[in-house]
Amino acid sequence: MSSDYLNSLSGKTLFVQGDEAAAYGALFAGCNFFAGYPITPASEVAELMARELPKNGGYYIQMEDEIASMGAIVGAAWSGAKSMTATSGPGFSLMQENIGYACMTETPCVIVNVQRSGPSTGQATKGAQGDMIQARWGTHGDHEIIALSPNSTQESFELMIESFNLSEKYRTPVIFLTDGEIGHIREKLVFPEPDKVFIQQRRISENKVDIFGGERIPPMIEFGQGHKIHVTGSTHKSNGMRDVSTQSVHDTLIRRIYEKIDLNRDDIVKYGTNFTDDMDYLVISYGASSRPALGAVHNLRNQGIKIGMLRLITIWPFANKITKELCSKVKKVFVPEMNLGQMSREIERFTSNPVVKISKIGGVSHTIDEIVNEIKKNVV
Amino acid sequence: MTNQIEIHKHRHLKYLRTEILPTAFCPGCGCGTILNIFVNVIDEMGIDPNDLIAVTGIGCSSWIPSPYLAVDTLHTTHGRAIAFATGVKVMKPEKHVVVIAGDGDLSGIGGNHLIHAARRNIDLKVFLVNNFIYGMTGGQVSPTTPKDTETTTTPYGNSEQPFKITELVAAAGANYAARWTTYHIFKLKKAMKEAIEKKGFSFIEIISQCPTSYGRRIGQKEGIDQLMHFKQNTIDVKNKDKYSEEGLENKIVVGKFVERNRPEFVEGLRKTNLKFAGNNVLV
Repeated sequence: MSSDYLNSLSGKTLFVQGDEAAAYGALFAGCNFFAGYPITPASEVAELMARELPKNGGYYIQMEDEIASMGAIVGAAWSGAKSMTATSGPGFSLMQENIGYACMTETPCVIVNVQRSGPSTGQATKGAQGDMIQARWGTHGDHEIIALSPNSTQESFELMIESFNLSEKYRTPVIFLTDGEIGHIREKLVFPEPDKVFIQQRRISENKVDIFGGERIPPMIEFGQGHKIHVTGSTHKSNGMRDVSTQSVHDTLIRRIYEKIDLNRDDIVKYGTNFTDDMDYLVISYGASSRPALGAVHNLRNQGIKIGMLRLITIWPFANKITKELCSKVKKVFVPEMNLGQMSREIERFTSNPVVKISKIGGVSHTIDEIVNEIKKNVV
Repeated sequence: MTNQIEIHKHRHLKYLRTEILPTAFCPGCGCGTILNIFVNVIDEMGIDPNDLIAVTGIGCSSWIPSPYLAVDTLHTTHGRAIAFATGVKVMKPEKHVVVIAGDGDLSGIGGNHLIHAARRNIDLKVFLVNNFIYGMTGGQVSPTTPKDTETTTTPYGNSEQPFKITELVAAAGANYAARWTTYHIFKLKKAMKEAIEKKGFSFIEIISQCPTSYGRRIGQKEGIDQLMHFKQNTIDVKNKDKYSEEGLENKIVVGKFVERNRPEFVEGLRKTNLKFAGNNVLV
């Protein structure tokens, strides 16, 4: 079933960057269209796709900017492609309008954001986690979004496959929300057997049916099937035709797009826990900052402090159930993140216990000691 | 009722989404004329609507294909139709991918995509409807509004120079670039056929009338007044050299500006892929 190209990688071990692992993940997921624009620290994704995608029968194109890149992947998706782009903060900002278009038209596609220090040009080559809230609320209007954050090279590979699978299952854009640290870290990557990798196939209707309603996640009809489909970013009826003046049409459409993700939270949300059975304190972290955070938890445990760890793998929709449950078991919650407090705000919505921000900005990750010291100041 | 029965008999209705007719275009608007010509073109060329994909942006002119044309339609964000269409064409090279949108959309907010698509020479058919104004939003100055014109956002006269879009696209590398007006319906029809037949980036700037947001503010109250203006003020590109730069200032230069056979983008992309993909072709 799998291509000769993927079979040639089966079982192999590489020593690569997180960005490259993400690109390989996309190839395993069946991505066959990439449109992008160079930007540090995401260019390695584009470079690997430019080199490898043609070998697997796919197309790489470099566009004039990130707005065009996002537009091209949506156009390609409706023309049968599994499509993606990769960027960092400034480009992610430019993509926001067309990400909203993908939400509104329920277009499966994957956007890699290798977060860098901002705002604006910021520290172009340095990693950060400053786009956590932008990923959720960056485009205008009510919508839900799916965003995943890996914390290793191997997980970058695996979560890219998961990103494509979720985008197909829920017919929605998925943000692969990594950071400059994880994007540039060089680690071992072991390829699975391609035939053993689960690939979510696109649900396509052969018959003319409503593709923007009727069921919570309607099937797609692609261009060229002969059904003369109408795809628009304007408010539309379930048959795709524009209706921008009827309140109930907008209400039905937007609530469905919102609920198809919101009501499937349990299926989408992934997280990891350590020492949460017996704890007085909890650390919640994700991506690059979750690595020193886990080191700090081990260190503090060795010092006799009962502390546990929750690592968010799915960032959006937020893991509200487990966050609420674990936060209720402890006296204080610590949130190390490479921003001035973005996910900590979301966590505060699900606990009445104190949430202590452990922020690190400036393009350098937390050290274990920094996190340990900050927590010890607060647990006496 | 009699009228409606006659309408439903028209042989071109099979190309339209009849359930949405009549169109939302203002009386005297040029958009209906362009839709009519385009439908005649696909009918005369024998193009199966199933082989046609229309991509549009935002504004009145983008409504020409969306929703009226009964083909696969991608109605995109403002200015980005060409970028979306690029993704479509790479995946569906066997289809005719047509972009119809306005001057504000394609040469204002989307100008960068226009020149880069022309440079790539991707096989898109782009029909830019130039009515010299942002019509849908109520008559604000656009990149093509003539100098000194009073609009709602240039109440004391436009101090900018307008774009020469066809010349720009020709210089950027398109295989075909022409300018016609909604007065020159038969020449426009012929040009549309040439544009569709030509492999590569084909571009026609269609000068069109907007009596509601433009004409009535420049003393050309009815659509017909603007059409008469087009008739009386056009110069064939072949005769252009007979005029001084000043002499051309208030004239509309029409005709074919470029026709050539530079290599097409998607064909090149596919050729490269065939060399490397071996048995791995997914699409």
